[in-house]
Amino acid sequence: MANVKRSPWILHYDGSSCNGCDIEVLASMTPVYDAERLGVENTGDPMQADIFLITGGINSQNASVVKQLYDQMPRPKVVVAVGICACTGGVFKDAYNILGGADTVIPVDIYVPGCAARPQSIIDGIIRARDLFQKRSEEHDALMKKKNLERRQA
Amino acid sequence: MGKKSVIPFGPQHPVLPEPIHLDLVVEDEVVEEAIPNIGFIHRGLEGLAEKKDFNEMVYVAERTCGICSFGHGMGYCEAVEKLMNVEVPERAKYLRTIWMEFSRMHSHLLWLGLTADAFGFESLFYECWRIREWVLDIMEKTTGGRIIFSVNQVGGVHRDLDEDQIRFMKGELDRIERDLKNCEKTLFEDATVQKRTRGIGVLSKQQIHDLGAVGPFARASGLKYDMRMTGYEAYGNLDFEPVISDEGDCYARILVRTKEIYQSIRLIRQALDQMPAGELSVPVKGMPKGEAMVRVEQPRGEAVYYVNGENTRFLNRFRIRTPTFANLPGLCQMLQGANYADVGILVVSIDPCISCTER
Repeated sequence: MANVKRSPWILHYDGSSCNGCDIEVLASMTPVYDAERLGVENTGDPMQADIFLITGGINSQNASVVKQLYDQMPRPKVVVAVGICACTGGVFKDAYNILGGADTVIPVDIYVPGCAARPQSIIDGIIRARDLFQKRSEEHDALMKKKNLERRQA
Repeated sequence: MGKKSVIPFGPQHPVLPEPIHLDLVVEDEVVEEAIPNIGFIHRGLEGLAEKKDFNEMVYVAERTCGICSFGHGMGYCEAVEKLMNVEVPERAKYLRTIWMEFSRMHSHLLWLGLTADAFGFESLFYECWRIREWVLDIMEKTTGGRIIFSVNQVGGVHRDLDEDQIRFMKGELDRIERDLKNCEKTLFEDATVQKRTRGIGVLSKQQIHDLGAVGPFARASGLKYDMRMTGYEAYGNLDFEPVISDEGDCYARILVRTKEIYQSIRLIRQALDQMPAGELSVPVKGMPKGEAMVRVEQPRGEAVYYVNGENTRFLNRFRIRTPTFANLPGLCQMLQGANYADVGILVVSIDPCISCTER
């Protein structure tokens, strides 16, 4: 914990899940499981979010919404697919309106399995996402520093 | 006269974790018209009935909605049992009733929390969800799952309760009742709650009847309409009256749902005391043939299940009419003439379950 420098904010979107994973995401934020002790916070604004938690599969109508939310988030960003539907399509894989898991439209970094995913595994996913976010931020900072240096020299 | 403008609400909105899109035509902070647009979570679940065996379909039916998951599984099983003339053992009926009432408690506590969150009362939100976790603990210890626990099967249930579990349930019910009493003071008397909910979104009994609303939303306006009174499963042997209120505003909806949690606690206690010993399930022979329809009271209101089979392993047609679908016209009626700041609480007040509605 001592090496945590950043406090990433979470954006949660319900793709086409059955609500099961959504209420577990919310439950993992409430005091009993308290994911907020890790320095994360749930936000409703994609422009301020760093970690994108997506539950449920992708269908033809929400594909553009998911893509838009992902594009609105500033770089660096991490995507966590929560629940088996977001990973592969799950029990609804054969349904006519499901295109597949979240990775059909956006790149997914961390997969959290389960139907519904338990708060413990969601918190584990958030911890991994936080570590990945920190690594990406450092890379991003180094890149920006290098670019600024080049600009100044030019 | 101000200029009219259209403000989109959703599909991604902080007040509700589920995607519903409303186009709000607003003039000077007052909503003139609300145009709902749904379909963001449509999965085509009913179509899966043609691809999955009718016994396997129970698991898909339970995933219609994660909050009232048990009720959907039960409704589907009841419909298929009616089609195949299967009589479920008495003990299974009581077990279904007990788990159904626990589902109702967890759903209503979840809703109370989300309502508190909708008007910015964060500590009340956390308090309600803390009590809800105890209900989930009971579910986990007796069925193995927290929110989706597949204990239903066509012809009965999978799991039984032993003496220890019944004693544990009774102890936890006392604890939940005591803590809810504490929470109730804030829910019913706090000035913040009253300011945000009293006289907001009033619908009269006649309006509710004409719009075809169901569940606690209808009962809050004085319509005595509860499917449990038809006496399916073990409800016929239990003693209860539907909770109603005459005010028809958001405050009445909080009141009705809170009282229904106490009602569920009483029903579970009665059912635990009366539960007879016996078999858990009966073997099901043959294939479904013909059509059947059942009505079940979900936490959000009346749900209708229709199944149609042609003597094969696969059902020909499976259809669910979910309670939120019936309540959406009521929501659009409430939103007309409402303040823009109240839209969040009004949307939450019907207890929308978009996953059910779009299936």
